[in-house]
Amino acid sequence: MSFIPHSEADRREMLDRIGVSDVRDLYDDVPEELILEGDLGIPEALSEWEAVRELNRLAGENRSLVCFAGAGQYDHHVPAAVDHLIRRSEFYTAYTPYQPEVSQGTLQVIYEFQTMVCELTGMDVANASMYDGPSAAAEAAVMSRAVTRRGRVLAARTVHPHYRKVTDTYLRGLGGKLELVPAGPDGLVDPEALSAALDGDTACFLVQYPNFFGCIEELEPIAEVVHEAGALLVVAADPVALVLLRSPGELGADIVVAEGQPFGNAPSFGGPVVGLFAARQKLVRKMPGRIVGATVDTEDRRGYVLTLQTREQQIRRAKATSNICTNQGLNALAATIHLSLLGREGLREVAESSVQNAHYAWRRLQDVDGVTPLFPDTPFAREFAIATRENSRSILERGFEAGILAGVSLSRFASLEAPDGLLLAFTEKRSREEIDRLVDVLAG
Amino acid sequence: MSGIPEGFQYTEEHEYVREAGAEGEFLIGITDYAQGELGDVVFVELPSPGDAFEKMEVFGTIEAVKAVSDLYSPISGEIVAVNETLDEDPALVNSDPYGEGWMIRIRLTDPSELDDLLTAEAYASLIDES
Amino acid sequence: MAGFPLKGETTPTIFEKSEPGRRGTQMTRSDVDTRPLDELVPARHLRAEPPRLPEVPESEVVRHYTELSLKNHHVDRALYPLGSCTMKYNPKVNEDTCRLEGFAGLHPFTPQASAQGALQLMYELAEMLKEIAGMDEVTLQPAAGAQGEMTGVLLMRAYHIANGEGDKRRRILFPDSAHGTNPATAAMAGFDAEEIPSNASGCVDLEALRDNLDDTVAGLMLTNPNTLGVFESDILEISRLVHEAGGLMYMDGANLNALMGVTRPGDMGYDIVHFNLHKTFSTPHGGGGPGSGPVGVKEHLAPYLPVPKVVRREDGSYGLDWDRPESFGKLHGFYGNFGVMVRAYTYMRMLGRRGIRETAEASVLNNAYLTALLKDDFDLPYGRGMHESVFSGTSLKKRTDIKTMDVAKRLLDYGFHAPTVYFPLNVPEALMTEPTETETKQELERYAAAMQSIVREAETDPELVATAPHTTPVSRLDEGRAARQLDLKWSFPEDTDA
Repeated sequence: MSFIPHSEADRREMLDRIGVSDVRDLYDDVPEELILEGDLGIPEALSEWEAVRELNRLAGENRSLVCFAGAGQYDHHVPAAVDHLIRRSEFYTAYTPYQPEVSQGTLQVIYEFQTMVCELTGMDVANASMYDGPSAAAEAAVMSRAVTRRGRVLAARTVHPHYRKVTDTYLRGLGGKLELVPAGPDGLVDPEALSAALDGDTACFLVQYPNFFGCIEELEPIAEVVHEAGALLVVAADPVALVLLRSPGELGADIVVAEGQPFGNAPSFGGPVVGLFAARQKLVRKMPGRIVGATVDTEDRRGYVLTLQTREQQIRRAKATSNICTNQGLNALAATIHLSLLGREGLREVAESSVQNAHYAWRRLQDVDGVTPLFPDTPFAREFAIATRENSRSILERGFEAGILAGVSLSRFASLEAPDGLLLAFTEKRSREEIDRLVDVLAG
Repeated sequence: MSGIPEGFQYTEEHEYVREAGAEGEFLIGITDYAQGELGDVVFVELPSPGDAFEKMEVFGTIEAVKAVSDLYSPISGEIVAVNETLDEDPALVNSDPYGEGWMIRIRLTDPSELDDLLTAEAYASLIDES
Repeated sequence: MAGFPLKGETTPTIFEKSEPGRRGTQMTRSDVDTRPLDELVPARHLRAEPPRLPEVPESEVVRHYTELSLKNHHVDRALYPLGSCTMKYNPKVNEDTCRLEGFAGLHPFTPQASAQGALQLMYELAEMLKEIAGMDEVTLQPAAGAQGEMTGVLLMRAYHIANGEGDKRRRILFPDSAHGTNPATAAMAGFDAEEIPSNASGCVDLEALRDNLDDTVAGLMLTNPNTLGVFESDILEISRLVHEAGGLMYMDGANLNALMGVTRPGDMGYDIVHFNLHKTFSTPHGGGGPGSGPVGVKEHLAPYLPVPKVVRREDGSYGLDWDRPESFGKLHGFYGNFGVMVRAYTYMRMLGRRGIRETAEASVLNNAYLTALLKDDFDLPYGRGMHESVFSGTSLKKRTDIKTMDVAKRLLDYGFHAPTVYFPLNVPEALMTEPTETETKQELERYAAAMQSIVREAETDPELVATAPHTTPVSRLDEGRAARQLDLKWSFPEDTDA
């Protein structure tokens, strides 16, 4: 089926008015030799029901598992109201708010979103969203270079490998690369090693909080040495952990990015999700992406517009702060509604339940043979790594048989330079019974 | 359009150069015509005192709501001062471009460069054409 | 005339609706034996106060966002003719399929064995895109068109480096009518972005192109049909010239809706093309995103595509191939905007091979009809485009002092969104209008009548147009003030008092 509304009579009248006899006459500018002969080699059309049946079949090939995987995407409950609201076509069939008078809904939502991101991160200003956490980190690195007019970008080796890979890819284009700073034996950035790596050409240092292994970095001393070198501190955060932990803003971060998926967005095989991006006030003119500001209309009523647009590609073109235009608006809307529904207490409870579940599992695993915490003495929140005597992939297979996704294998990521093992993540959705089953899987 | 002040000198990029009252020092800003074309000025990015610029080098940028433009130094020299009030009130460029809306004060290195600039009359005919 | 509900109504922010102690939803509490938090996480790491999120009951949250939604123009309300954005109708069934638990609930680190359906869908979507574009390989990873462009220029870079010309080929060319993302992307990937002028018919000036081509050029970025909606008839010669100089041809696929099933970028000589699933393939724009910007390439660029690549193995299973040593890297945390891919896949399967071509033809038909209705009322400096036409309000402005911005604002009072205005940059007072194929003849006529009515108003009552809109939730907003007195987040009373 197609979605063309014309009757044959409509089509005829339109062609007459245009003054051509066939729609293909409107393709006169296309050289004859470029016109495709015959049909495309793709399947015949399906009716709506046939399409639904086919999609159901494909969806059915994917197996739902009890999820202890995290590493950037977390299995939190999303209240039903979130999806009902983002399914309002007033939101999802609108475009970027170019005409603010008929886009106040989208604009005010973004203003509220920016406020919430600032509250979570402890920063002054936030944008309307980036594609995801990793690309937000990459943009932060590019921005740091522009702000400091310096070339080098450093990251802790304990930053999520995908964040590092994406950041490195963005930097390669600019003739740079991402340089790694090793972690100490406790899994945390060693400020002295960091200090040795920093120099007068360092634009920024990227650190994850808590880091890839779940360890809670000591941001304050890191900020101190980074700032001493005249560089910026970029923090990639787990936004759920930020509900309980001291904010990166309070601890000296200059730019904070995060993967906002845990707020209102399904994992959806990794996307669409939503990158959060926040910075100190003085950096606002160098930020990438759309930003919404409040103002007044001709009758002095409060209203919202896209602002600081001169940063962006549609005006500054080659000198824009970034090439981003389309962002993750609907995902930012979902996050905003999710955070409004949970509120101050609800979100704190989610974060705390996740931490409680993680620490319960940690305690249970103390007695399991063949499993040892990777960093036994380092504080963590809701995610931690274990070294496994057995090949982690065979543990995952055993979990799969039992309907459990028993974490993420560390051996996927050679650049971590970690022993084989598993990264385990916990949310409020995991019950004690499920955690006990996980422990059974790990025990073999 | 308000008049184009006599005694100032102008460039084809719509900047003006006026004597600053001290020997060899000049104030530079954009013309009334230029601010009118830009619309509401929202931000002016200026250099720091001590910076030096060649003639026609970009010394800053000026931003309106939906336009941004480079600012070119009409003459070579060293920045003596910048108009810091524009940080707080960039709209001065709109309301008083030739007075309170000046941008940089520069110490000229090559007086012969002044000969290349346009007179008020020449500038007036330039903008008449556009 | 279709005005908006909530004219003149200000909605307080969600923060102003907050009352301490209220809550919107009850989340699950941990059922393990809990410990005090500071026994689990050292107190020095804990924040003193939780973030100040609003405290609002579910019913009020729903009302708040419902009220805000009513302030949006959207495709389901009326024509949304933003040129270059392809605001076509978004079929409802797509919104159901992408939410199937087997798709939406899938963790990206789930074992490949439990993601076979998702991987098969991605594989087949890429196959369909390859066929439509006449390309050899497709990556689905880019999250939007601009990231597709980034993929494209990084592919150029990788290709020239592999050929030992990485240091030499530093320039990327694009016409003066190009989207701002083209130069912005080229610059962000470290290239010199260089504009070349268009000729009198709005197309690439072959002389100017020749003059700019040499062994320092990495490639040409060219939208086709271009942003004027005009097909670049010299495309084969353009490709030949660029290739002869050792450069690569990149197609910004923003306007593919006009061409799919009729002619293919790959046959035109393009080496790289990006698709906008949120334009051409009907996935909703979501108030600014998410999009999805897959990229198709010819064989010689395939080794450099980002990791991982979705593959079909010999045993018929599907997988992710990370072992691609020549890949330029990675742009997205995982595999791209999968949920958007599900929507586009559903749509393409419903259209089928013929429906895809008919969709392109109908988009061109609709634009030609709308252009015929309006050609006597507005200037059309470059003539009728294919799927979109760029009108100009220059004559109207001369005659009445009414600017394109005023026309755009007045259109809002008639219940329509405005076209893209003041773009492309080589058309003064531009009104870039793209109706798309999903609008009926009657809706196009209704829109044309509104535009004609605005012209009459400009002549008889210009003040009415110059001060429009009059029926929207707010009137014209002070954008200068927004940029000068930055107010980018809600100020909590306790912060402002202090």
